[in-house]
Order: sequence, then structure tokens, then C-alpha cells
Amino acid sequence: MAQQAGAGRRYVRAFVSGFFVAVPVTVTVLDRFAYVARVEGASMQPSLNPEGNVTGSDVVLLNRWSVRNYQVRRGDIVSVLSPKNPQQKIIKRVIALEGDFIKTLGYKNRYLKVPDGHFWIEGDHHGHSLDSNSFGPALRTPWRARCSVKCCVWCSHGVSCQVSLGLVHGRASHIIWPPNRWQRIEPSIPPERMPLLNWHADATEDEEKD
Amino acid sequence: MFRRVLGKTLGFLGYTVQYGCIAHCAFEYIGEFVACSGPSMEPTITSHDVVFSERLSRHLCRIEKGDIVIAKSPFDPHMNICKRVIGLEGDKICTSGPSDVFKTHQYPRLPQPTLRPAISLKPITVPKGHVWLEGDNLRNSTDSRSYGPVPYALIRGRVCLKLWPPHNFGALNQSPTGRIVKRSD
Repeated sequence: MAQQAGAGRRYVRAFVSGFFVAVPVTVTVLDRFAYVARVEGASMQPSLNPEGNVTGSDVVLLNRWSVRNYQVRRGDIVSVLSPKNPQQKIIKRVIALEGDFIKTLGYKNRYLKVPDGHFWIEGDHHGHSLDSNSFGPALRTPWRARCSVKCCVWCSHGVSCQVSLGLVHGRASHIIWPPNRWQRIEPSIPPERMPLLNWHADATEDEEKD
Repeated sequence: MFRRVLGKTLGFLGYTVQYGCIAHCAFEYIGEFVACSGPSMEPTITSHDVVFSERLSRHLCRIEKGDIVIAKSPFDPHMNICKRVIGLEGDKICTSGPSDVFKTHQYPRLPQPTLRPAISLKPITVPKGHVWLEGDNLRNSTDSRSYGPVPYALIRGRVCLKLWPPHNFGALNQSPTGRIVKRSD
């Protein structure tokens, strides 16, 4: 009896000490280094979820360490805390950075200069005619039905907009599921979506010429 | 002998990693100490005060009107701002800022108040997922009146306790400006 009580106490101690090691380390790794997320929705087709939710969604690896200083590049696929719903994250491609002039698709302003501290994101699926123009009250996408608040489920409803750099969550670096889609995600912008010019770069070029 | 040193070093590293992770979890999910600078929250918080801001309210989405929050600046993510929440999503805010200051492609740095070109008294509705922040020192504060509503997700934590200077230790005062939007039922 005493032996069993002693063994029980040892197990409890081992469990508690393991718990206090495993949980903080896991949480820190997920917050600072890497995150795994399942992508839902069709607004990033064909890069992500090319067959929709029929054969299962893509699972991506999000690199959180590379965005710790809010450094994103044009063409990266990034996950961003949604400005409309703080408990949701959206996954989109970075089209333009601060200072860029861009031509928008279906936004209320035809041409736009991205303000300081912001960047412009778009889904790849431009034929998805329900791209929202701005942070309007309702996003009408049929694929939105499964947007849940579970920690690893993302929803990529159709949104093209500017977001503050402080909202960036992670950079999608690899697709890790399904196995036939294992690949590294390379930054790329469709040529027709390239920014028209960059305010800051052109200003420094003028200074050098003088 | 070498193996003993190696073992001790690895053990030390292991403890460092473990306690570093515990510290990260504490600062990320419980609260952090913040040193404030600037006059925009006087008299509630003066420059060089140290406050404690708790993170639980932000993670549980329990930030309410009248709370003082620390948020990332919408125009510079490396800077933090400390302001009071005046309105939540759906609230109508009456502001006398220039009528075109909230167009997304402009967002000018607001010049001194005397140079404001036009006055607009049309109420602004705070969009979904955003909050309206204002400093307590309305004359000397760059806040949502200049840069518009701030996404809720930029909020880092809610200031709940003033720690320094010691003669001002304790909870923070209510808003002295009377600008908090009443509930619109």
C-alpha cells in the first residue's frame, strides 16, 4: 500500500514537472518560431487548396521567426490577424508594401498609395467574383461557412485590402499536407499585379541623380 | 571530466530554455510592465510612469469602453501607443476632425489643430473589429481622431495598475474627458 502511494506520488510529480516543461516550450515555439495551419476557402487558388475542400485542405507551415521584425516581401504568402475579426486569421499574398502605388481590382479607389506601416494583400483567385472591396459589413463567400475559431483552422475568404504591418502573423513557407503537395512556397507576384511605382525608392533615386 | 562539464552545460541550457519559455508565456498571456512616455494621457498617466498591462482581457476579447489599452501603432508596428478606448465596433463617434482624413489612401499626419481645413460633425461609425482610441489629454494627443479607428487585433493589453511613481501607486482614474460613447440600445 505504501509502495503504491509512493509510486502514485512519483507519477504525479513526474507528470507535473513534465507539464511545466512541455507546455511553455510548446507555446513559445508556436508563438515565436513556427505554426501549423490548415487553409480553408478558395481565394488563394491555385496556389493553396487547388481542389477546394473536396480532397482535403492544404496544411501550411507558417514561419513566425522571419516576421518578428515585421519584414515581409512582395509576393510572400502571409497569415494576418483579420482586421474584421480579431480571433480569425486570413492567409493572403503580399502584393505591395508601404509607399507603393498600385492599381486595385474592384476596390473603391482605382489607384492607391499604400500608407506607411501598411501593406496590401490579395487572394490569388481573382475570378472569385466576391472579393470584398473594403472592410464592408458582410463578406459573401460560400466557402466561408467553415470559418471557426479553432486554433489551427484558417479561413481565406476573398479579401483584398491594406492591413497594418502590426497584424502580420507569419509567413507561409511550406505546404506540408497532403503529401503529394509537399513543396516550398516561393514568393511570386503575377506580373499584372506588380506595383506601378514605389514612392520611397523613386525619391532616393532622384536624390542620387542630383 | 569533459563529459561532466558537457553534462552540466547542457543541463544549464535546458533550464535556461525552460525558464525562458515560462517567462515568455507569462509576458504574453498574463501581463507585462510598460514604461510610458509622452503627454497624451495626462493627467491619468504622465511621462515616465511605469504601469502594468494585463494580456488576458485582450486574448479573451474582454476589452471594454473606458479601458486604457496599450496597442501597436497602426503606422509603425515597432511603436506602441497608450490610449483610452472611447468606442467599440458599431458605436457612433462624433469628432471634429477633417472630413476626408479617414480615406484610406490619404491618412495624413494630422497637422497642428489650428491648420485643420474643415470641420465635420458627421458621426463616424466604428467598423467591425475596430476600436476608437483617444488620449485623455485631448489637446496634445495623436489618436483615432487623426488616424481613424484601430483594428482590435493591434491591441496588446489593458493597463490595470500604475506602479511608478510610488506616491501614485494604484488603479487608474476614469476618463476625465467625458468622451466615452454611451451605450446605444
